Amino acid sequence: MIDLYLAAAEGAEPHNPIIPLWQEIVVGSVAFAVLCFVLIKFVFPQMEKTFQARVDAIEGGLKRAETAQAEANQLLEQYKTQLAEARTEAARIRDEARADAEGIRQDVLAKAREESDRIIAAGNEQLAAQRESIVRELRSEVGTLAVDLAGKIVGEALADEARTRGTVERFINDLDSAGRR
Amino acid sequence: MTGQSIVLAADVPFPPSVEDFYLPSIYPWGQHDLWFTKITVLVWVAVAAIIVFFLMSYRKPQLVPTKKQWLAESIYGFVRNNIAVDMIGPQGVRFAPYLTTLFMFILVNNFFGILPLVQLSPMSHIAFPAVLAAITYVMFIWVGIKKHGIAYFVHAVKPNAPVGILPLLIPIEIFSNFLVRPFSLAVRLFANMFAGHMLLLVFTLGGFAMINANALLAPISLLSWVLTIALTFLEFMVICLQAYVFTVLTASYVQGSLADEH
Repeated sequence: MIDLYLAAAEGAEPHNPIIPLWQEIVVGSVAFAVLCFVLIKFVFPQMEKTFQARVDAIEGGLKRAETAQAEANQLLEQYKTQLAEARTEAARIRDEARADAEGIRQDVLAKAREESDRIIAAGNEQLAAQRESIVRELRSEVGTLAVDLAGKIVGEALADEARTRGTVERFINDLDSAGRR
Repeated sequence: MTGQSIVLAADVPFPPSVEDFYLPSIYPWGQHDLWFTKITVLVWVAVAAIIVFFLMSYRKPQLVPTKKQWLAESIYGFVRNNIAVDMIGPQGVRFAPYLTTLFMFILVNNFFGILPLVQLSPMSHIAFPAVLAAITYVMFIWVGIKKHGIAYFVHAVKPNAPVGILPLLIPIEIFSNFLVRPFSLAVRLFANMFAGHMLLLVFTLGGFAMINANALLAPISLLSWVLTIALTFLEFMVICLQAYVFTVLTASYVQGSLADEH
């Protein structure tokens, strides 16, 4: 192989490295032209397109994020307002309820007092009425008893006048004193 | 073991010469011309690899990129933002596709210089850098004419300087802008790759040459091969740097053509 190569080299005149071989110029031009054609036509425009799409995607994403952020802020503000309103409302309702409760308590108390007064009054009345009727009954009974007793005593006295005289006198005296009283 | 001894015993040519860069054709039937050599095959392989990589990773682009898509986008984004837009300004975006293609083409072809089992960069043949430099040359002049009309040539060669010194400056500007630029572009890339390959050859073959000359030189041979590995890392830096420099200079020339004031 080396012999062959040396023979070939010896056969030709020595090469000058600074003089280009025209065959290689042709090969280089064609090869590079093919490379340029394919890459410049098919690959790099695609890349530029992808870069642009990426930029769009990122910018679009940023814009969307901004919008979402603004929306969220607005919602937050709204919720805060609503919350504050609800708090005020709750405080108002609580105050009202407290006032109502106080009123009801007063009413109940008043009613209870009235009721107790009424019950006491009714009791008193009843007591008085009963006392009256008892007194009335007692009076009539005492009269009857007195008459009975008097009858008995008068009957006995006929048998033993001397013995009972003292007793009757004493009874009468008692009656007198009771009636005077 | 036997393979190694055969290699060690092989009669390696030393010192390496320019002819080491001109490999024979690799037609299976032994025909010889310059259309189908290791160099030209590598160029096609590079083109195919770049196309396949970009088409595969960008077949279904998504907003949230996959790993491959991210890699492809990073390459384009790097050239677009750090070279095209940085050098040319906002209107540089329309040059970004070409600049990225240029960058990738040079980078991959350069990289063959240190790719194990390949280890020869097509860019070490001046034809390829020359083609690229010619495209840059035509491009920046075309962009200038489109922007300023024929007045571009006045723009390009007339610096903002006192009238008295113009007769001195204008020839220099013509020389540097329209004669030196394409050559410096092409030769810078070519010479770096050429020298890099030559350096690796010297250290690799030198190791064999020494061990063949005297077995006692074996440690130095070893050192020579270790240095080859170190130099390969250096080469990697040069490879990336030269691809970057070529792209940046192209962008810079385009920027000069677009500038309102020189």
